Amino acid sequence: MFPLTTVLLEAGHATLTPVWFLLIAVLWVGFFFLEGFDFGVAMLLPILGKDDRKRRVMINTIGPVWDGNEVWLLTAGGAMFAAFPGWYATLFSGLYLPLLLVLLGLILRGVSFEYRSKRKAPQWRNAHDWMAIIGSFLPSLVLGVGFANFVKGLTVAGDPPLVTTGFWSLFSPFALLGGVLFVVLFAAHGAIFIALKTKGDVHEEAKNLGTKLAYASAALLAVWAIWLNLAYAPDNPAAKVVTWITALLAAAAVAGAGFFSSKDSEGKAFILTGIGIVAMVSTMFVKMYGNLGFISADAPGLDMWSASSSPYTLKIMTIAAAVFVPIVLAYQAWSYWVFRKRLSTDNLPVEKDEAIPVGS
Amino acid sequence: MDAQVIARWQFGITTVYHFFFVPITIALSMLVAVLQTIWYRTGNDRYLRLTKFYGKLFLINFAIGVVTGIVQEFQFGMNWSEYSRFVGDVFGAPLALEALLAFFLESTFLGLWIFGWDRLPKKLHLMTIYAAAIGTVLSAVFILAANSWMQNPVGATFRNGRAELTDFGAVLGNPVFLATFPHQISASYMVAGGLVAAIAGWHLARLNGHDETDTSGKGDAATWRWAARFGAWVLLVASVVVIISGDFQSKIMTEVQPMKMAAAEAHYNTSDGSDFSVLTIGNMEGTEATHIITVPGLLGFLATGEWGGEVQGINDLKEQYDQQGFLRNDGSQTDLQKTFAQELKQLPTNVVPNVPVAYWTFRIMMGLGFVGMAIGAWILWATRKGRTPGPSRLWMMAMGALPFLPLLANSFGWIFAEMGRQPWIVAGVMPTWTAASPSVSAGEVWFSMILYTVVYGALAVVEVGLFMKYLKMGLPDVAPVEVIEDEDAPLSFAY
Repeated sequence: MFPLTTVLLEAGHATLTPVWFLLIAVLWVGFFFLEGFDFGVAMLLPILGKDDRKRRVMINTIGPVWDGNEVWLLTAGGAMFAAFPGWYATLFSGLYLPLLLVLLGLILRGVSFEYRSKRKAPQWRNAHDWMAIIGSFLPSLVLGVGFANFVKGLTVAGDPPLVTTGFWSLFSPFALLGGVLFVVLFAAHGAIFIALKTKGDVHEEAKNLGTKLAYASAALLAVWAIWLNLAYAPDNPAAKVVTWITALLAAAAVAGAGFFSSKDSEGKAFILTGIGIVAMVSTMFVKMYGNLGFISADAPGLDMWSASSSPYTLKIMTIAAAVFVPIVLAYQAWSYWVFRKRLSTDNLPVEKDEAIPVGS
Repeated sequence: MDAQVIARWQFGITTVYHFFFVPITIALSMLVAVLQTIWYRTGNDRYLRLTKFYGKLFLINFAIGVVTGIVQEFQFGMNWSEYSRFVGDVFGAPLALEALLAFFLESTFLGLWIFGWDRLPKKLHLMTIYAAAIGTVLSAVFILAANSWMQNPVGATFRNGRAELTDFGAVLGNPVFLATFPHQISASYMVAGGLVAAIAGWHLARLNGHDETDTSGKGDAATWRWAARFGAWVLLVASVVVIISGDFQSKIMTEVQPMKMAAAEAHYNTSDGSDFSVLTIGNMEGTEATHIITVPGLLGFLATGEWGGEVQGINDLKEQYDQQGFLRNDGSQTDLQKTFAQELKQLPTNVVPNVPVAYWTFRIMMGLGFVGMAIGAWILWATRKGRTPGPSRLWMMAMGALPFLPLLANSFGWIFAEMGRQPWIVAGVMPTWTAASPSVSAGEVWFSMILYTVVYGALAVVEVGLFMKYLKMGLPDVAPVEVIEDEDAPLSFAY
């Protein structure tokens, strides 16, 4: 512990900036790993949730944890603000409308989970289901398109550096592939999560769909991996090798998830879709290392060195992260353990003056 | 309209809206924890029913607080990119720490609390609501530290073309923060105490002695009476803390933002003396005012602690700014204010905030708080020694109004704090109009503002509808609480 402390106290800009780039990458990876299945579960409501009780089982698999998962996004955003104000400022103002769509999606989604069960009228529940579905689909799609654009590079110019890539230029074929990839991959991750957390009918149907979706995402990932590495490879030779490995690993892992899902090993399948997401997002951050996903057209330009905070601020943040990230991980893991039991329609409490369904 | 003007309106609207839910979240989470603790200690179902009843209302409120909070976190970058770029080194850290220390704690442990009744042993389950409640307070710590820095930018210097943090301890030890924190926390307890008392007082009066369940003094009426008195006591004790901390706060405000204090009093000329005006009319050009009703010397006392102490007037402060730049009351400047002053002189800035807004929001805040306090005292009086208030029109109206009085006082207090800081986004350092995003057009801000307004409006209708539904349902029946091991048994709670 003491040598680590010494290293930290003596660390300057040259060390702390890459450390914070890495930490922000970790926060985004964590967000997509966790919220990925939350998004997937909600997007699959119309497909796997043929009746209200099945839908309730699906929603309850993420009920206790979805909000904690979403905090990873807020922490990633806050950490970008604190560690790279230039990145936060240019990106969030430059991609104003896409970010607005993400926020609106998250608003509708969050409310829908909490309020859905509070009334029994089918119209009420239907409306809330659609809020959850749209509120999960929209952020997945927009973030997929967005991250593909970071891989391609958003052009910035001027002082202060501002994004000059126009709104409609965001929708290149590669970016659209990125959007579809996020949606399908999160749906696969979500289906396998449902299979892992349920028993009975819901479990069987989720497992079958999860297998298909995992194979579909693996195919998309393979195309994406080749396209990214041929067209948008990083400049650094070592990084070029890394992105080939991580991108193909993502495709292979998700293909493996399909295999294990079909063999009734949804635990292994879930770990593999998870690895797929981690490897995919890591690939993108390797490409963004240094330039943060920007192409500077003129001086002073924008990269992680010019966008980052002072060593003093980064040190304080590093200490806070070193102490609290492990604590957060510990209690979040504990909450997953508390809610480890599989759910079925039998576990749903009978709602007041609701007829008890036949056969239970 | 200019993009930055619409962006200011957007910030105001989304923040005031978000803040309807914040004080309730901060204080009601803790009051629910206290109710559950009493149940845990006594085993009396009355307190479990109260825990579940107010807990449900708390969660309905919390959901909107969460989702509207997301917008706050991203709005700085979207609409205020140059602010974010300039202050991120100082201001970003508290926001990131809020997410890391507070949001994770709140969200994870509330999930455990909501779904954990039959999964966790009673004591552990009780700890989860405390963890969540502590999370809400930590959240207030970081946000208030960040806001206080905008009012009084300490612990930072002008370097590399931006504000850079030099002393994080000074940011957390900012006197503005030290005064604002107890003021905000106690103001939150006024809201939650008022809410608990008003709902209980309303149910109590509605039963009006016709309570079939009340044979042993343990029925609904007795429970509501207990809750009404509990809430009223919380409200009254919190009010005292609000007044003391508010007094402390106004003295610090006079020190670090003399113009804000002068605007709050429509106090134009130092030579006008230090009478506190209760009612004032002024000319809209904002150069002088006519005080209709005044309390001699009180302003000096509020601002400086000395009866009749000298308070600088708006016109004098304006003249001082033209000659020497932004100064605090004793003529000092923070490091950042000092080093940025040269750059600042080139920017045209009208240093007087909107005086009628500052003047009236300040008074409305205090007025609403005092009326809320009075109703709290009335509840205690009306329920003394086992008495039960009847459903008189006045009583029901008072119960209906009570939750909104401290809540709106919170809103007006913040409108005053933020409008009184103008024209600065960071006092004496950065004018608000220079802080907006240059790459965002007025059309884009309009578009987002209309969308937010529509969505927030719809959410408000849904929220109030649900809140009223569960409020009217009254105390829920409770089943014995125990950990369920059976894998196929129904859960005690599910969405």
